[in-house]
Amino acid sequence: MKDTPAIALMVNGKPASLDAAPGRRLSEVLREDLGLTGTKVGCDAGDCGACTVLLNGAPVCACLTPAIRAGGADVVTVEGVRDIAERLQDAFLRHGAAQCGICTPGMLVTASAMLRETPRPNRAQVEEALGGVLCRCTGYAKIIEAVMDVDPVSIDANPANGGAVGAAMPRLDGAAKVDGREIFGADYVPDGALLVRAIRSPHFAARFQLGDVAGWAGDRVHVFTAADIPGANRFGTIPAFVDQPALADGFVRMRGEAIAVVAGPADVIEALDLSTFPVNWEPEAELLRTDQARASEAAQLHAGRPGNILIGGKVLCGDPKTALDTAAYRVTARAETAYVEHAYIEPEAGAAWMEGDTLVIQACTQAPVMDRDETAQVLGLAPDQVRIIPSAAGGGFGSKLDLSLQPLIGLVTLKTGLPSRMAYSRRESMSSTTKRHPSTMQATAGADADGYLTAMVFDGDFNTGAYSSWGPTVAVRVPVHASGPYKIPNYHAEARAVHTNGPVSGAFRGFGVPQAAILQETLFDDLAMAAGLDRLAFRRLNALGDGDRTVCGQQLFGVGIGDCLDALAEPWQAALAAAKGFNATNTQTKRGVGVASCWYGCGNTALPNPSTIRLGITADGHLRLHQGATDIGQGANTVITQICADALGLPIADFDLVGPDTALTPDCGKTSASRQTFVTGKAALLAGQALRTRILTRANLGPDAVLSLEAGQIVVTDGAQTAHIDLSSLEPDTNGYVLSAEETYDPPTVEMDENGQGSPYAVYGYGAQMAEVEVDMTLGTVKVHKITAAHDLGRVINPLLSEGQIEGGVAQGLGLALMEEYIPGRTENLHDYLIPTTGDMPEVQSILIEKPDPEGPFGAKGLGEHVLIPTAPAILNAIRHASGARIDTLPALPHRVLAAIRAAGEAS
Amino acid sequence: MPAYFRPDNLNEALALLAEEPVTLAAGCTDLFPATEAKALNGPVLDLTAIDGLRGVVRGSEGWRIGTLTTWSDLCKTDLPAAFDMLKQAAREVGSWQIQNAGTVAGNLCNASPAADGVPPLLALDARVELQSAKGTRVLPLGSFVTGVRKTALQPGEMVTAILIPAAAGAGISRFRKLGARRYLVISIAMVAGRLVVEDGKIGEAAISVGSCSPVAVRLREVENQLLGCRLADVAATVDADMVARALSPIDDVRGDAAYRTTAAVELVRRTLADLAGEAS
Ligand SMILES: Cc1cc2nc3c(=O)[nH]c(=O)nc-3n(C[C@H](O)[C@H](O)[C@H](O)COP(=O)(O)OP(=O)(O)OC[C@H]3O[C@@H](n4cnc5c(N)ncnc54)[C@H](O)[C@@H]3O)c2cc1C
Ligand code: FES
Ligand code: FES
Repeated sequence: MKDTPAIALMVNGKPASLDAAPGRRLSEVLREDLGLTGTKVGCDAGDCGACTVLLNGAPVCACLTPAIRAGGADVVTVEGVRDIAERLQDAFLRHGAAQCGICTPGMLVTASAMLRETPRPNRAQVEEALGGVLCRCTGYAKIIEAVMDVDPVSIDANPANGGAVGAAMPRLDGAAKVDGREIFGADYVPDGALLVRAIRSPHFAARFQLGDVAGWAGDRVHVFTAADIPGANRFGTIPAFVDQPALADGFVRMRGEAIAVVAGPADVIEALDLSTFPVNWEPEAELLRTDQARASEAAQLHAGRPGNILIGGKVLCGDPKTALDTAAYRVTARAETAYVEHAYIEPEAGAAWMEGDTLVIQACTQAPVMDRDETAQVLGLAPDQVRIIPSAAGGGFGSKLDLSLQPLIGLVTLKTGLPSRMAYSRRESMSSTTKRHPSTMQATAGADADGYLTAMVFDGDFNTGAYSSWGPTVAVRVPVHASGPYKIPNYHAEARAVHTNGPVSGAFRGFGVPQAAILQETLFDDLAMAAGLDRLAFRRLNALGDGDRTVCGQQLFGVGIGDCLDALAEPWQAALAAAKGFNATNTQTKRGVGVASCWYGCGNTALPNPSTIRLGITADGHLRLHQGATDIGQGANTVITQICADALGLPIADFDLVGPDTALTPDCGKTSASRQTFVTGKAALLAGQALRTRILTRANLGPDAVLSLEAGQIVVTDGAQTAHIDLSSLEPDTNGYVLSAEETYDPPTVEMDENGQGSPYAVYGYGAQMAEVEVDMTLGTVKVHKITAAHDLGRVINPLLSEGQIEGGVAQGLGLALMEEYIPGRTENLHDYLIPTTGDMPEVQSILIEKPDPEGPFGAKGLGEHVLIPTAPAILNAIRHASGARIDTLPALPHRVLAAIRAAGEAS
Repeated sequence: MPAYFRPDNLNEALALLAEEPVTLAAGCTDLFPATEAKALNGPVLDLTAIDGLRGVVRGSEGWRIGTLTTWSDLCKTDLPAAFDMLKQAAREVGSWQIQNAGTVAGNLCNASPAADGVPPLLALDARVELQSAKGTRVLPLGSFVTGVRKTALQPGEMVTAILIPAAAGAGISRFRKLGARRYLVISIAMVAGRLVVEDGKIGEAAISVGSCSPVAVRLREVENQLLGCRLADVAATVDADMVARALSPIDDVRGDAAYRTTAAVELVRRTLADLAGEAS
C-alpha cells in the first residue's frame, strides 16, 4: 500500500511537493498550498468548469480531483499554459472574450487541450469542447470566435490621440484576466486570516433560541451572533426601507438567512459540522407566493407594511378605461415569471483586516461606497473608519450591489483585531443572496381601427421576498416602462413589491422591466394579430419618436426605437420567408420568428445619482484617472477612459487608472441601472474638458491645440505655435498633482407626481431584437437559431465591448425565457439551476445604431440592461409563431411548451 | 486526518474492504459533488491506482469493461456498432472534464435514475462482476441496480468489471437524450436502442428507457412486438400505451410525469427511425 505523506508532482513544468490530505480537492491545494489562484472555484461540484486544469494533458475539474491523483502527474494551470495557449490568450484579448474574467482560466485551459488535438476546430467542435465551462457574461460568442482565431496577429491595441471614442479597442484591464493574475474576491488571503463560515437557517420562517454556543465552540473557534453586533443590525440599499439584519436576531424570515458566524484557523473551521450548531428552531408557516402574502389573514413579515406590501408604484395618464371600452381591438393577457438567479460564476468572497483604526474590506462588489456606509452602520463605525477596496468581481448583474459578507467578515475582524476571510459556497451564494423578482402580471391593451395604440392597463405583483433590497426600485420602474417604447395616450400601470418568505429579490439587469416587457411585448403580438397587422409594422407604427411624450408625460429627444425597428425590417422579411419555406416541408419541427422592443431609463429613477471623476498629472508627467466605477466585466474601466482621453486630448496609452477604492477614488456611485457609461462617462468628459481648459489656459493657446505628454512636460501645439509646460516647476496640490480637475455629474430629472407624471430619467436607451427559433412539435423543445439585435447606443464608445454586452444579455434573456427557475431549497446549485451553455447559444448579430442623445457624453446612452429585455419576449413570440403555443408561465420548459402546443391545437 | 487508502493491487483493496466500511472512490464525479467539504469524507478506498482494472478487453465470451474505464477511455476504444449507443451516451455525460474522470462503473454504482450509462448497458445485456475477499459473483445489470441510489452491492464487495456477452455485440445502436439544455444536463428522458436486422426485418431488438422510472427499464413488450417487423415500419409499430405501461415517471423540476411518458414514446420512435434509416 502506498502511504504518501508528501505528494510529489510537476506543476506547470516545475517539480512541487504537497503536504496535503490525499482526499483534498486539488483546486484547494493549488490555490491555498501553491498559491496558484488562477484556478477558480465556482461550485465545487463539476458544474461550472472554472477550476479546469490539465492532468497529464487531459482537462479535469480540479474540484473533483483528490490531491493524491496529482502525485507523479503533470498538472498545468492557467499560470503555466504555453504555446497555443499563449496565442489563445492574445486571441481572447483581441476578441473581447473575457468580460469579468472569472471563467477565462477554465476556458483557456480547456481550449488549449482541444487545440492540441484539433488545431483547426470548427464551431461545433469548439462548442462541444467548451460545453463544460460556464460563462455568465459573454454569451460565449466571442470566446468561440477567439478559439477559432488563434493565429498571431499584431494589432496596435491603443488608438491614437483623439481616436479613442468609437475604437474597438480591447479592454484595458484584460491582460490580468487572461493570464490568471487577476485578484477576485477569494484570491487574496491576508497572513494569518481567520476563516469565517456562517450558520444559516434551513427554514423559511422560524423563531430560534441559541443553546450553549460557547460550549460547542471550544477555545479555538470564535462565534459571533446578533448580540455581538455593535451598530444597528440592519442594512438595505434604500435608506427609507432598511430592514435586513446582518445576523438574524431571534427569528428568520427566509431560508439561508445567517444567524451566526464562526471564525478561526482554517483547518479547525473547515472541520466543523455546522449542522450541530446549538440552536433550537421553531418553524412557522411560510408565505411563499404573493397571493398568499396579500391575503387578509396572512401574517405580516414587517411591521408597518400592511398586506405585506413594501411599496407600490403607479403611472396614470389620460382615461384608459374609456379608451379601452371604445377601442376597435382589445386584448388581455397574463404572465407569470419565476425567481431567477444571477448565477455569476464567482460566489461572494472577500477578506478584511485592520489598518490602524480603519477596517479594510476587499471583496467583490458593484457598489463600494454603499458597502462602506452600510457596513459602517452595522458595525457602529463612522464611514471613514471603513475602507472598501473592490476586488475584481467575477460577475454581478445586480446582486453584488447588496451587502453580503462585508458585515460578517467586518464583524470578525473588528472583534478579534485579526484579518479574516470568507468565500461563500455555491449553495450559500444561491440561497442567501438576491434574485430577480418573480412576477404575476396582467394587462389589457387596445388599438384603434388603424392599429394605433389607444390605451393600456397593467397590474403586477412582484415577489420581493423577505427584505426590501431593491424592491422599491422595481415597483417604481415597472409602471414607467411597462408601456414599452410606444406612444400610448391613455395608460394606467401599477406594480407592487410584495414581501414573502422567499429569497430577497433585488436588482437583476433591468429591475423588473424584463418581466414587464415579457407581458407587454407578447400582448402587443396579440394586438397586432387582432388588428391584422404585421407584428413588426405594428410596433413601428406605434414607436415613440423625437418630441413625443412618454406615459409619464416626459418629452423625449434622440429617440432611436424607430431606427432599431427599421434596421430589422429586411432581416424580418427574410426570416419570415425562410420560416415559411421550412414549415412547408417539415412537420416534426416548425420554425418561427418573433420580435420585441425595449427601452430603459439610465440611472436612478428621479433621484440624484452623481458621479465624480478626478484626473491629475504629476510633476514627473504621469496622468492618472481616478475611476471609482466598479468594472464587473461590462467594461467601465475602458469606456470611461476612452471618453476621458478624447475629452482631454491625450492618447489612452498615457493614462494610468487608479481605483476603485473608497480611499483613493471619489464616489462614482454604483454599477447599476446602466448608468456608468452615461453618468460616470459624463463626469469623465467634464473632468477631461476641465483639465484641457486648464492646460490650454496655461499654454495660452486655442481650443484646437494638440497636447502631448512627455517626460516632465506637456507640449501644446497649435498650428505653428508650440508651448511647453514644465511640470516639475509647478506646485503639487494635496493629492500630489500639479495639474488636475475633478468634476461631478448628476443627471437632471424631474420628480414624479402621484400619477407618475414627471421626467424620471435624463437619458433612455432603445433596442429591438428578432428571434428565429425551431420548435419540436412533439417534444416541446426549442432551439433558438438566431437573434438579430438592433440597439441604439447614442454613440458607440467601444463596438467590441458593446457587442459583448449584447451577446451576454441575449444569453441571460434566453435563459430567462427557456430554462431558468430558482426554487428555494431545490435548485441551490448549478446542475439543477440551469443557465445556457455553449451549445444553447444562437448566432447573435448585433446592429449598433447611433442616434445621439442630447445629454449623454459624446451622445452616448446606456446599454448594459437594455440588451436582455427584448430577448425573452422575442423568443416567446417566435415560439408562438412557429407552433401556436402561447406561453404565459416562464420558463418555457419543454413540458410547458408541449402543453401549450396542445392547448393551441384544441383551441383552433 | 481521515484514513485514505490507495492500494495498487486488487487483493489488497479487497482485503481492506473486508476489514472496515470504506467509501469506494473512482472518478469522484459523484462523490465530490455530494459534499461541500474541501476533502472527501473518510475513510476512503481509492481504486484508481489498482493495476489492470482500466480499459475494455475482448475475450471469447464477450467484452470486459474494467471498472476504472472512464467515459473518455470508452470513446477512444474501437468497438462494434452495437456499442455506438454507449459511446453516444458517453459523450453526453456531463462535459469533457467529467468524461475524463468519471467511470462507467461509477455511474452504475451511483444508481441515479438519470444515469446515462444504464439504458445503453441494459440494451447490451450487460452483467456486473462483483468481487470481495470471499469470491466473485456476476449479476445482470437489471438486478444490480435495485432502486433510486440502491444497488445489490454487499458490504465488502466492489464492482470489478462490466461484462457484455458476445451475442449482444450484434446489430446497430443509437442513444438519444433529452434535457433542458445542450451540455452538462441531467436527462429528462433518454432512450437506447439496438437492432439486429435480417433481410430487412427485425431479428432482435433491445430498447431501454431511462429517467422515467426509479431504475431504467428494458421495454420487453415493445421489443417482442417488433420482432419480424419490416424495417420501414418499426417506428410506426411502437404502441404508446405499451411504452407507457413499462414506465413509472415522477413529476419534478425538469418535467412532469405525463410529459416524460410522451417524450419517452417519441424518443423510442425516433431512435428506431434513426436505426431504420441507418440500416436501409
Ligand atoms: C457536472 C456533472 C455532470 C454530470 N453529468 C452526468 C450526465 O450527464 N449523465 C450521467 O449519467 N451522470 C452524470 N454525472 C454523474 C457522474 O459523472 C457519473 O455518474 C460518473 O460516471 C460517476 O463515475 P465516477 O467514477 O466519477 O464515480 P464516483 O464518484 O467515484 O463514485 C460513484 C459511486 O459509485 C461508487 N463506486 C465507484 N466505483 C465503484 C466500484 N468499482 N465498486 C463499487 N462502488 C463503486 C462510489 O462509492 C460512489 O458511491 C455528472 C456529474 C457531474 C459532476
Ligand atoms: S469549481 Fe470545479 S467545476 Fe465548478
Ligand atoms: S467572462 Fe465568463 S463568467 Fe464573466
